[in-house]
Amino acid sequence: MNPSRRKALKAGGSLGLFSALVAMGLVKPGDAWAEAWSKGVFDAKGVPEALAALGASAPTMVGDIVITAPDIAENGAVVPVGAVSKLPGTTQIAYLIEKNPNTVTAVFDIPAGTLPEVQTRVKMGQTSNVMVLVKADGKYFAAQKEIKVTVGGCGG
Amino acid sequence: MADPMKIRATLQGDTVEVRVLMAHNMETGARKDSSGTPIPAHFIQTVNATHNGKVVFAAQWGTAIAKNPFLQFKFKGGAKGDKLQLSWTDNKNASRTDEATIG
Repeated sequence: MNPSRRKALKAGGSLGLFSALVAMGLVKPGDAWAEAWSKGVFDAKGVPEALAALGASAPTMVGDIVITAPDIAENGAVVPVGAVSKLPGTTQIAYLIEKNPNTVTAVFDIPAGTLPEVQTRVKMGQTSNVMVLVKADGKYFAAQKEIKVTVGGCGG
Repeated sequence: MADPMKIRATLQGDTVEVRVLMAHNMETGARKDSSGTPIPAHFIQTVNATHNGKVVFAAQWGTAIAKNPFLQFKFKGGAKGDKLQLSWTDNKNASRTDEATIG
């Protein structure tokens, strides 16, 4: 096998194929390339394992990440969670729900020209901390908020 | 093919606000049907939005995004009348692309 292809595939296991190809210089980040899906990130259980899978082991907790979400979720199957990063150079926002069976819920990529904010709706199995992780200027930052859940949303 | 996405892209000042509602069951794989058989995981894994050939937003999702996913994001550089493409791919390799006009 072509050695650079082997390297790309090997790197792809941990980074996700698209990121590995960018690292290899084979694909430019701005290419209209379908986002690859990182299995290791979405299999991670618990915040430390999730952060390690994301390559973000010691994020700095900051107030510059604003989480908009209810204190108490009426319905754990549909919890609105919004995030705004005020950190310059934000390139990625991720949602981690500590007590969910798989901790990482979403990873959003913010290309240049896109505002560092997002809103979506998540499922929560039980009351849990929700951490919003931000990658800005190559470094990791985070904020978290506890959301209480009375009726769990994972179907268990 | 899955039902179409509902996409609303509106220019507010110099910023395009995009709101999307996707039709997808987002099964976690943890549910069981009435006879106790597990319902397999079936969920959108990747989402991409492009404008003028450039990716303006991308996401990787796990099973804990709520059923019929809602997504809102904002980007600069769009003009009224421009087209915005939204696509998603799920874990069974099904996909859907829809287009909206920025208004």
